[in-house]
Amino acid sequence: MPKDNTQTDGGIGASTLRREDIRFLTGEGMYTDDIQLQGQTHAVFARSDVANGVIKSIDTSVAAAMPGVLAVFTGADFAEVGGNPAGWLINSRDGEPMKEPKRPVLAHGKVRHVGDAYAAVIAETRAQAMDAVAAIEADIQELPAVINMADAVKGGSLVHDEIETNVCFDWGWIEDNRAATDAAIKAAPHVTTLELVNNRLVPNAMEPRASTADYNKGTGEYTLYTTSQNPHLTRLLISAFVLGIPENKLRVIAPDVGGGFGSKIYHYGEEALVLAASKKLKRPVRWTASRSESFLTDAHGRDHVTKIELACEKDGTFIAFRTETMANVGAYLSNFSTVTPTFLHGTLMAGNYTVPNVYVNVKAVFTNTAPVDAYRGAGRPEATYSIERVIDMTARELGMDPVELRRMNFVKPDQYPYASAAGLEYDSGNYDRQMDKLEAMIDRDGFEARRIESAKNGKLRGLGLNAYIEACGIAPSNLVGILGARVGLYDAATVRVNATGSLAVMVGAHSHGQGHETAFPQIVADMLGIDPESIEIVHGDTAKIPFGMGTYGSRSLAVCGSAMVRATEKIIVKAKKIAAHMLEASDADIELVDGQFTVAGTDKSVSFGEVALKAYIPHQYPIEDIEPGLEETAFYDPANFTYPSGAYACEVEVDPETGKVTIEKFAAADDFGNIINPMIVTGQVHGGIGQGIGQALIEQTSYDSDGQLLSASYMDYAMPRADDMPFYQVNHDDGTPCTHNPLGVKGCGEAGAIGSPPTVVNAVIDALQRGGKNITHIDMPLTPSRVWDAMNAKGV
Amino acid sequence: MAQVSMTVNGKAVSGDVEGRTLLSEFLRIDLNLTGTHIGCDTSQCGACVVHVNGEAVKACTMFAAEADGADVGTIEGQANEDGTLNVIQQAFQDHHGLQCGFCTPGMVMSTASLLKENPKPSVQEIRTYLDGNICRCTGYHNIVKAIMAASGQDVSAIAAE
Amino acid sequence: MYNFEMTRPSTIADAVKALKEEDAQALGGGQTLIPTLKQRLAMPSILVSLTAIGEMQGVCMSDAGEVCVGGATTHATVAREATAYPGLAAMAARIGDPAVRNRGTIGGSLANNDPSACYPAAALASGASIITNSREIAADDYFQGMFTTALEEGEVVTEVRFPVPEKSHYEKFVQPASRFALVGVMVAKYADGVRVAVTGASESGVFRWTEAEAALSANFTADALGDLSLDGDGMIADLHGSGAYRAHLVKVMTGRALKAAI
Repeated sequence: MPKDNTQTDGGIGASTLRREDIRFLTGEGMYTDDIQLQGQTHAVFARSDVANGVIKSIDTSVAAAMPGVLAVFTGADFAEVGGNPAGWLINSRDGEPMKEPKRPVLAHGKVRHVGDAYAAVIAETRAQAMDAVAAIEADIQELPAVINMADAVKGGSLVHDEIETNVCFDWGWIEDNRAATDAAIKAAPHVTTLELVNNRLVPNAMEPRASTADYNKGTGEYTLYTTSQNPHLTRLLISAFVLGIPENKLRVIAPDVGGGFGSKIYHYGEEALVLAASKKLKRPVRWTASRSESFLTDAHGRDHVTKIELACEKDGTFIAFRTETMANVGAYLSNFSTVTPTFLHGTLMAGNYTVPNVYVNVKAVFTNTAPVDAYRGAGRPEATYSIERVIDMTARELGMDPVELRRMNFVKPDQYPYASAAGLEYDSGNYDRQMDKLEAMIDRDGFEARRIESAKNGKLRGLGLNAYIEACGIAPSNLVGILGARVGLYDAATVRVNATGSLAVMVGAHSHGQGHETAFPQIVADMLGIDPESIEIVHGDTAKIPFGMGTYGSRSLAVCGSAMVRATEKIIVKAKKIAAHMLEASDADIELVDGQFTVAGTDKSVSFGEVALKAYIPHQYPIEDIEPGLEETAFYDPANFTYPSGAYACEVEVDPETGKVTIEKFAAADDFGNIINPMIVTGQVHGGIGQGIGQALIEQTSYDSDGQLLSASYMDYAMPRADDMPFYQVNHDDGTPCTHNPLGVKGCGEAGAIGSPPTVVNAVIDALQRGGKNITHIDMPLTPSRVWDAMNAKGV
Repeated sequence: MAQVSMTVNGKAVSGDVEGRTLLSEFLRIDLNLTGTHIGCDTSQCGACVVHVNGEAVKACTMFAAEADGADVGTIEGQANEDGTLNVIQQAFQDHHGLQCGFCTPGMVMSTASLLKENPKPSVQEIRTYLDGNICRCTGYHNIVKAIMAASGQDVSAIAAE
Repeated sequence: MYNFEMTRPSTIADAVKALKEEDAQALGGGQTLIPTLKQRLAMPSILVSLTAIGEMQGVCMSDAGEVCVGGATTHATVAREATAYPGLAAMAARIGDPAVRNRGTIGGSLANNDPSACYPAAALASGASIITNSREIAADDYFQGMFTTALEEGEVVTEVRFPVPEKSHYEKFVQPASRFALVGVMVAKYADGVRVAVTGASESGVFRWTEAEAALSANFTADALGDLSLDGDGMIADLHGSGAYRAHLVKVMTGRALKAAI
């Protein structure tokens, strides 16, 4: 499909303003907690205040007798139902499958992290439920908690006694390359070693999780309104694994959702609890997390401890990357917690580079902390951070320009498709072009003058530049199945042409900030030559949409958008047949241009609207050859990932008196292939960079040795504010189209969060080095106190 | 329970509340004005910002009883009388100053207060003023740009899109 | 939160009477108390709102030339109206965020005495008088450690009187999450000497840095701090910074406050 950034009629390439904004700007958005149902009741959870403990007894009798209380549940009520499963089986290096302890709806027998729910009260009001929760008497015998991964690996205290270890798996990628990589590193003239921490983050979608269940005793149907990025996946997990509710009796609706960033991919126990409670009470049951609950129970992100080595020739030619990583999975396996540190991380460890040897070892470790899973970028920020930090360090050790070192090792435009040493096949890219653009955007030539100016004000100025590549639109199902995925990774769309020519497009992707309701119609409108305003996107309701896998991993456009293209192509094929009949021509001779079906070389034509009407009022219609109606569905299963790439630059000032880092300039040159709505794509990059800067500078999830979360509210978990952030220069022109999907698009949602953390850290280290400080690394977040501590450590 | 009466978006309303009923709860549950959002419990995220007697306050950190007799404005009352977006709302749409929409009502209400106090704020003044409004989606770039535009200032020099 | 009754008296006398009820608690702007109640960390039977008391509102000048701030005056009002004491107004203009400043009150802040709050530094550096329904307390006697003050049960801060310094400035280095002061320093120069009060840093709450006061009283210039330093022992240490870092910041912020004041 051609790319056309000059489009002004609202089709592909137009920065169409978002139609969904109207309801959000007027307070008319409908988020889960906004939905009030007749006769609704309220659930509140009793949560562990210790990180590890044996539940000796739970006495709910006082709570059950309190005013307004309708029911009390404990783990015993769910002992017979299934657990919340891991979505991906990882095998250890020795071939053993990973350890999969059960994750119950409510903790039973043991609590395993602060915030682990062991009981729930349903009452007429939320306040009554809270009062009753406070009256539950739980005798929980506290055990030593295991918080630190290094301690956990040694054994001692166990998170799950039944698996007799805290190591979930010990994975090697690619195991067959291990010996060759080891040998190459041993023989290499130069090896740089860097130990680093990829800091644990709390996703913090601004809308806390919420779920409302409504059981209809007349039909036996359940409706679950929930904060989900993927309602079908949630339904599948609840039906097939947790509660066994037949899929045909369970409708999952994800209405407006206030951000996800990964944390709302997963099925959580609260969803199962409200469903079970609604069935029992025959009334709607709702639950909304407080922000405090979100901190304690939303799946966290990152939390890797890594040692990376980069071996190279004396001239800087890369020979090998080798990493050893411990990845925290927390107390239970969240749905994608096992694929995030493995296939979403290890396969990217060749970066943008023609390095011949890559080996990655990842140990996933249980600890008495909240589960850890995919958060914006999911594994790829960890890979990018390790690679792009160690390259900067190598450049410094070799006395080379960090950009030149990268350029000499970049995969070149004539090398595609390129088989990376970490097992991926990159389809397209042009890393030098992105870097050229970036150096101009950040005005690298003017840096020295700016640095001198900063120095006059007593500030240290530094510049960080790096590349990134990521793999998104994860697929194909056949391949991921071999690698251990327990789900398919296609998506689906149904295009329904209404009789009067307007359209409803039902999509498996879910929009919670990405602007699908605006961008998706641009594609269909372009294909059919009709007004985008006549197209409505329907998403987020399993009763309305085909079985799609939802929105995460920058997949919506590349995968679901492709399904939409395929379904629209089917519409065109059928519509041409109808038009051919109406025009008494052969369908091979029918052309669709600007919404008119024309017999080629003639002025005979019918409009799209006339064809639609004919499909639904099939008078004088070739009923033997063509069915009435105009509605088509397509499932699309990609042939490969897409590979967005880019180059990021950041200029910082460090205040040596306080250690405070200020971002002075930030530039991003991304390659997302073809662009549908440049305004929305730019917004996605902004948001990703914001989160990346947050990770690099201020966001810090900290547990004490007893497993108490120290950063458990916005009083201690630093969320980026407007005055922490600069304006960003963003450019994604001249992308190299993806070669294997019909739109030529790549993903853009995660890029900013993937590319930016090393950029910021490289810039700070650069500033400190230029300021005469012998500092080679500081672990994120680079808070003022950490930078100051590093600057004032002995020997610096 | 005590009865409270107030004016909300120009309409007189009243209801029975407990001592502990927050203004945000009264608006969301009793009046079904669900545009005022709850994003935290420590009075920091600002998704619940409303106007009480013309001043921005966090509706989650004020009791309904304290608003007895007050003139309250919420996001639902911000559009022009003909239902079209007001200048601030329109600028947020024009400059893509929102994504998931959850923080947006608070952003719009805070912006209205800012521009009342300071009709032509600088970029730094805007960023500082938004200290109590957290957005996780936008990285703030387009929010700041939208506010500049809403105050009639030239935004063409701010990085593209 | 637990339920309670709410009362909104319109006079100090009625408020004091209401606070005599068992487990009664005063409610200022609620910007700290309400989040605390949400966590169920307090269980009052009755909340006595002080914000409807007209005689506790506003900023004025006393005959002695002090800036007098009613106990229920919001930070926004002080920022706007305490023009006679610019250092105080500027300090108030940076507390929390705009919505918090429209509700939070001076009396609430001083009664709570959060170790990271701004107002205690301003009151202590100004040698302010804290006026209650029953007495007048000198700032030097009022602050008695983190969350601890000289206030008796049921005693209400009705007014705070600030002697106006010749020069002053409050410099805050914010904790990146809460935006409270990681370290905040108020420097105030009076005819009879300089006072330097520090918030955010010490485990003992707001304190006067007497060595700096002596040095600056002798020589009110940026050089005067010279080799002075504070010990990190006794300073707050948490995930936002060590005691040594806070001790260092006290000096940096004092220097910056001084520069701005001069």
